[in-house]
Amino acid sequence: MNAFAFLGQLAGVVLVVALAPVLAGWVAQCRAWLQNRSAPPLLQPYRSVRKLFRKDAALATYASPLFRAAPYVVFAAMAMAAAIIPSVTTDLPMARVADAIALVGLFATARVFIALAAMDIGSVFGSMGARREMMIGFLAEPALLMVLFNVFLMFGSTALPTVVEGSLSMSGLVLHPSLAFAGVAFVMVLLAENARIPIDNPGTHLEVTMIHEAMVLEYSARHLALIEWASWLKLLNYACIGFALFVPWGIAPHKAGPLVLLLAVALLVIKLAVAGAVLAVIETVSAKLRIFRAPEFLSMAFLLAVLGLLVHLLLQS
Amino acid sequence: MPSLTLAAQLLHVLAAGLLMISFAMLAQRRTRRLIVLLAWQGTVLTASTLLVATTAHLPHLYYSAALTLVEKVFLMPWILLRLMRRLGIEGDSDPLVNIPSMMLVGLGLVIFAFGLAQPISSLATTVTRQTLGIAMAVILLAFLMMIARHKAVTQVIGFLAMENGLFFAATSTTYGMPMVIELGIALDLLVGVFIFGIFFFQIREQFDSLDLHQLEALKED
Repeated sequence: MNAFAFLGQLAGVVLVVALAPVLAGWVAQCRAWLQNRSAPPLLQPYRSVRKLFRKDAALATYASPLFRAAPYVVFAAMAMAAAIIPSVTTDLPMARVADAIALVGLFATARVFIALAAMDIGSVFGSMGARREMMIGFLAEPALLMVLFNVFLMFGSTALPTVVEGSLSMSGLVLHPSLAFAGVAFVMVLLAENARIPIDNPGTHLEVTMIHEAMVLEYSARHLALIEWASWLKLLNYACIGFALFVPWGIAPHKAGPLVLLLAVALLVIKLAVAGAVLAVIETVSAKLRIFRAPEFLSMAFLLAVLGLLVHLLLQS
Repeated sequence: MPSLTLAAQLLHVLAAGLLMISFAMLAQRRTRRLIVLLAWQGTVLTASTLLVATTAHLPHLYYSAALTLVEKVFLMPWILLRLMRRLGIEGDSDPLVNIPSMMLVGLGLVIFAFGLAQPISSLATTVTRQTLGIAMAVILLAFLMMIARHKAVTQVIGFLAMENGLFFAATSTTYGMPMVIELGIALDLLVGVFIFGIFFFQIREQFDSLDLHQLEALKED
């Protein structure tokens, strides 16, 4: 562990934070193309963020300091999460402090803060959105943990870099049926956690169907920009977790040269482009579920992940 | 991790796919989609039978794979869809299914089946013996579907899914049954589906509905 590794990790975090709005723009663009609309430019999220940062923030009269702190906490939690997910390289000095279970905890922290802030103002929509978000969250979190356990069981470690190195060093073609279950469950959790279509509609302005939008209704200007950016970053973090678990090829191993690192960045961008397009297709072909169907959707994800564990124990014993 | 041949690994993947389809059937409310899932189950079954046939060099399994393809992927779903069309229940669904609790019961069944199959499969000598647990789980899940569903058509689909599980158990653990028995079962199933079709019409004539819970009530007049 040296200063160089820390700098490398910092650069990785900055890269991921900078890429997040582009991914969001790309998904929006793909969705627009699929729906025969003219697409917004790829960098539209950047423009809206810039616009929001220039504006003056309007706060509700009864907003507590918690309300003002929440966007920063949420953004910091997501950036921290980006620091312990091996997206470009597995050489992450900070990942030794926190394994993937702590990662789930970071996501939970962000969720709790944004829900508290939504309730803080006392508006009806805020607390409704917060309650819905917590309902989705408490169902999605165990499913996510079970997905992670599937992979941890295979490599005997709860640290994502170790898992990636383990699967990179595996020689020959080895098929893992349990990973198929975990993969499907992970996609379902990703859709639910990132306010994507079967569960929540990111582009909605209809109060009855809002979850994420309802919580951030009271935010404006730089606070709103940070919250939006954090949610894009969350999507990117989930995508990177998915790559680390299921398609780790291309992530640079320990002590890789600069050329390998560049290649890893390029591959990451390609993988993100593909994942974003797939996400747009999923969102276009599926209809939004009624909110009371969400527990069914997520219990299915949990069940698939547990089935993956069982199948692993049966077939690999 | 014991090194398995590619064929055995592929068979494991197919077995896992079979289990996944079983759970999808358990969670599916629409009857039309259930029939499509049944056809997919037949497709996976055909692939696994072909795989076992090529790896174990058993020519008679090719015939049974062809039989599975024709009967379970095309003929039976087609008959069921046609029946539904003629009964006028194409958009039919089972709305009273509590999916999360069904899933949990199903999970319990899978654990039970895996535990049950462990001592049996450790006695077997074939490479693919571990799939017995999955085959048993598929059978039990089909049972669960038959118990939990109300409509006659879905119960028949559950019955056919159960037969798929039995067939998978036979091919993967003992390299299939003798050809005579397989032909007999295939014919039985086909005749069974026809007879079920006649029953559907009779039940609907009597009760104006295909909900089997009405059969449990005593007649008042």
